[in-house]
Amino acid sequence: MSKELTNGTPTDSEVILGILNNSESVVKRLYLAYFPMVMQLIINNNGDADDAKDIYQEAIIILYNKVKNGDFELSSKLKTYIYSVCRRLWLKRLSQLNRYGGDIKDFEEYLSVDDETEKNNERDIQFNRMGDALNLLGEPCKTIIEDFYINNKSMKEICEEFGYTNADNAKTQKYKCLQRLKKLFFQQT
Amino acid sequence: MSDNEILEQIDRYLNGEMTKQERADFEVLRAENAEINEQVTEHKHFTNLIKQYGERLELERRLDAIHNEIDVEALEDQFRIHPSFIVRLWRNHHSKISVAGSIAIFAVLCTLFFTGYLGSRDPRFGELSREIKNVKSTTDQLKSNFNKLNAQNGRVNFGKFGGTGFAISSNGYIVTDFHVIQGNDTVFVQSASGASYKAAVIYSDPTTDVAVLKIKDTSFKSLGIIPYALKKSETDIGENVFTVGYPRDAMVFSPGFLTASSGINGDTTQYQISTPVNFGNSGGPLLDNKGNLIGIIKAKDLHVEGAAFAVKSNYLLKAIQDMPDSLKVNLNMNSRNGLASLNRVQQIKKMQNYIFMIRVNQ
Repeated sequence: MSKELTNGTPTDSEVILGILNNSESVVKRLYLAYFPMVMQLIINNNGDADDAKDIYQEAIIILYNKVKNGDFELSSKLKTYIYSVCRRLWLKRLSQLNRYGGDIKDFEEYLSVDDETEKNNERDIQFNRMGDALNLLGEPCKTIIEDFYINNKSMKEICEEFGYTNADNAKTQKYKCLQRLKKLFFQQT
Repeated sequence: MSDNEILEQIDRYLNGEMTKQERADFEVLRAENAEINEQVTEHKHFTNLIKQYGERLELERRLDAIHNEIDVEALEDQFRIHPSFIVRLWRNHHSKISVAGSIAIFAVLCTLFFTGYLGSRDPRFGELSREIKNVKSTTDQLKSNFNKLNAQNGRVNFGKFGGTGFAISSNGYIVTDFHVIQGNDTVFVQSASGASYKAAVIYSDPTTDVAVLKIKDTSFKSLGIIPYALKKSETDIGENVFTVGYPRDAMVFSPGFLTASSGINGDTTQYQISTPVNFGNSGGPLLDNKGNLIGIIKAKDLHVEGAAFAVKSNYLLKAIQDMPDSLKVNLNMNSRNGLASLNRVQQIKKMQNYIFMIRVNQ
């Protein structure tokens, strides 16, 4: 990789390609490039550095998922898009915290991005529920499920890791774990 | 097939671990058995959610790792809009400042209240009224000085530079007020016809305010017979009287009534009359209805509407009688009244040439 690609602000199309190709370095450069802008927005509008981090990561994830799903159309500069999403998210957060004074200090131009943040919100709720369910599941079920479904490990590997005498036992265990997870997940609704 | 085995099959099917034959068989089973088909869809959805959740966790981990490389504090310092010194001072000390301000305002209000400053609503109006008061007091002072001067001179107010006089004999003796000619030896007299003569002051009596002039002009011949006569007795209150004089350049007739038999401060040498007179009427003759000379216009009371004063004719006569003999050579007073039967217009027409405007050089 050339030096130019590893440093500085990536171009907008570079970012899209980088995300699609799971390029670690492009995501990093993207993150580093626009964080100060969002930081400026948040800390000058009743927020602190942690708020800035939360909001910015949420926006990056929204962008990431949109690109991954292939429904991201670059209709403006990426910088403007990120700023707009962060602004929208922060306004929402402020009104949830009753800290919104009806006035926001802007540092960049912005677009209206309502629907995208809404969609992301639903997904976040499901992920939160999944996280809660997995935590309630407890060990070794949590690790078995994570290893098999998330980390794509084979039953054989799991079998060895947990010291099951044969694969069938492990499969039975995994089946039981999955059933409990489903129960926990759907119980929360 | 137990549930366990079915799930195992589904997992293998979804992960693409089945052989071609197994896969075909499973798809047949799926097509035939709706329950299994539903199970597959449901399982696929759920495991996808788990996968996505995992990906999200992984992404967040990566972002956190990147985030940890950023010097957040330095950025925070850089981007925070630092309020100005005044604003920071206010934020840090606003409670103290508020208390101090309240106390200051309270103290000022108390001071103002106790010094009576709050009494006048607008200080400017106060000043204005004070100034007006000053002006008023100055005016009052002037007026009192003026009155004092007048009191010293024994008269209320008349112009010094002009007056009226009237002839008492055909050979040029003219009577006027002493205050009209005061300070002059020689004056000019002018009749209604425009004849102007030089006259000398031959006698003056400041106590009765009477002066006698004598025309000393080479062009002067004779005035002719005086149409009015001096009335020696006192006239009663209510009598119709009139005067003719020169309050301005033209001769002015002023009718009126005799309203009291005493004058300023109860002076019995004078009558009070209600006749509109002005500066310049001084020294004019006061005649009754019949045309008898009953007095000389002397003064006007500035404080009483329509009140004027005239020296009684018998004091004029007395003054003339008091004159040294050397001065009244050929002073033959007319005793026959030629106006008695005439109406007012004819009276005035007849007497107008005997009434003079007195010009003094002051």
